Amino acid sequence: MIVTKNLVKRFGTGPVVLDDISENIEKGEKVVIVGPSGSGKSTFLRCLNLLEEPTSGQVWFEGKQINLPGVDVDRIRRKMGMVFQQFNLFPHKTVRQNITLAPTKLEIMTAEQANDKATALLKRIGLSDKADSYPSQLSGGQKQRVAIVRALAMEPDVMLFDEPTSALDPEMVGEVLDFMHTLADEGMTMVVVTHEMGFAREVATRMLFMDQGKILEQAPPKDFFGHPENPRLKDFLSKVL
Amino acid sequence: MFNDIPGQIYSTLILDSRWTLFINGLLVTLMIAGIAIVLGVAIGSVVAITKVNARQNKKLKWLEVICDIYITVIRGTPIVVQLLIMYYIVFATASKDAAPYVAALAFGINSGAYVAEIVRAGIQSVDRGQMEAGRSLGLTNGMTMREIIFPQAIKNILPALGNEFIVLFKETSIVGYVAVMDLTRAAELVRSRTYDALIPLIFIALLYLGIVMLISWALKKLERRLAQSDIR
Repeated sequence: MIVTKNLVKRFGTGPVVLDDISENIEKGEKVVIVGPSGSGKSTFLRCLNLLEEPTSGQVWFEGKQINLPGVDVDRIRRKMGMVFQQFNLFPHKTVRQNITLAPTKLEIMTAEQANDKATALLKRIGLSDKADSYPSQLSGGQKQRVAIVRALAMEPDVMLFDEPTSALDPEMVGEVLDFMHTLADEGMTMVVVTHEMGFAREVATRMLFMDQGKILEQAPPKDFFGHPENPRLKDFLSKVL
Repeated sequence: MFNDIPGQIYSTLILDSRWTLFINGLLVTLMIAGIAIVLGVAIGSVVAITKVNARQNKKLKWLEVICDIYITVIRGTPIVVQLLIMYYIVFATASKDAAPYVAALAFGINSGAYVAEIVRAGIQSVDRGQMEAGRSLGLTNGMTMREIIFPQAIKNILPALGNEFIVLFKETSIVGYVAVMDLTRAAELVRSRTYDALIPLIFIALLYLGIVMLISWALKKLERRLAQSDIR
């Protein structure tokens, strides 16, 4: 579904952040990327929907190369939901408006359809009573769940999560991870950058370990956590587990 | 100067229907300020958006240079000089009746430079994640700007923008330099007829003050309305 070929990213004339990454993410996979900070995992994720423009190399989505001039990136991003560390809800819009904005502005749904969709999604995350609240009135965990359903409202084919629980108070991490777990169980293709090893172990179909812009090891979670091979991964796991 | 206040008021405002001079002057002042504010906001927004976009796109570098020259020249020269250049050079052949519009144009161009910097700062004050969130949902750059960035930027810049409106409104009192009969010029005319400075000058000072207070009040109300989403 998503393929990168020889993906390289450097910011300006700085050091290489992504160093020649070729990777293939299949439909239905739940890929969890871990690694020390500064390893390039967020940059890799952001290159997949071209929030960061690759310096060289190719990004393919659903059979088409998308980092070519003339490709309508906006149209492609509709099918790639993204969830951010800092939630990035629109503070001047209500919860409901946050969810309905993109589907209605892009004329994918009528106002009525989008409204029904928002109602259903909010019911799903148990926040029906917050539909007309503003984001500033929500807790962190509620904000992140709204941010997830905002992306889901576009009915994406894949969801990208960029450290979705890193900005949350510890007691709110669970509610967000639980919801992500449900999504995974329903078959959503997911690429998740996270430090939540418990979640990774339970949900991932494949683990990637990144360090210094390279994917140093990948394996199913059982082998990844049970028999790590790369010395840097061993070192990393010994620190986080 | 203070010996016959009622008589002075009579000769300043009532005699020969001189109050009509003040009313007409006030209307001219409001007209010039109104056009200039609209022009200034329009020019300023365009310049600010151009600058923000040019920063991300190397091909538009030349546009940024033009904007920078405009801002530097306008902010670096006195408004009176700009007004005189506009009237005596750029529109030298225009009829005398057009003078108020020439003045409004000069003030609009002048205000645009200040508004541009205010709006640019406002756009940049909105968190980068907002643009990323909008774009990641598939919204275009333009849609995200209109729906997400601007509404938040306006909230941030309203106090600075209001200040600019107030300064602009008061600065129009120099249009007498190009023979436009605005409120200040009307007071000067009356003063030259009655040989009394006190009443006409205090009178227009109060008028200016009253209108500035009105603008401030309206802005504060607007600010409060925009702060609606800040409630916790």
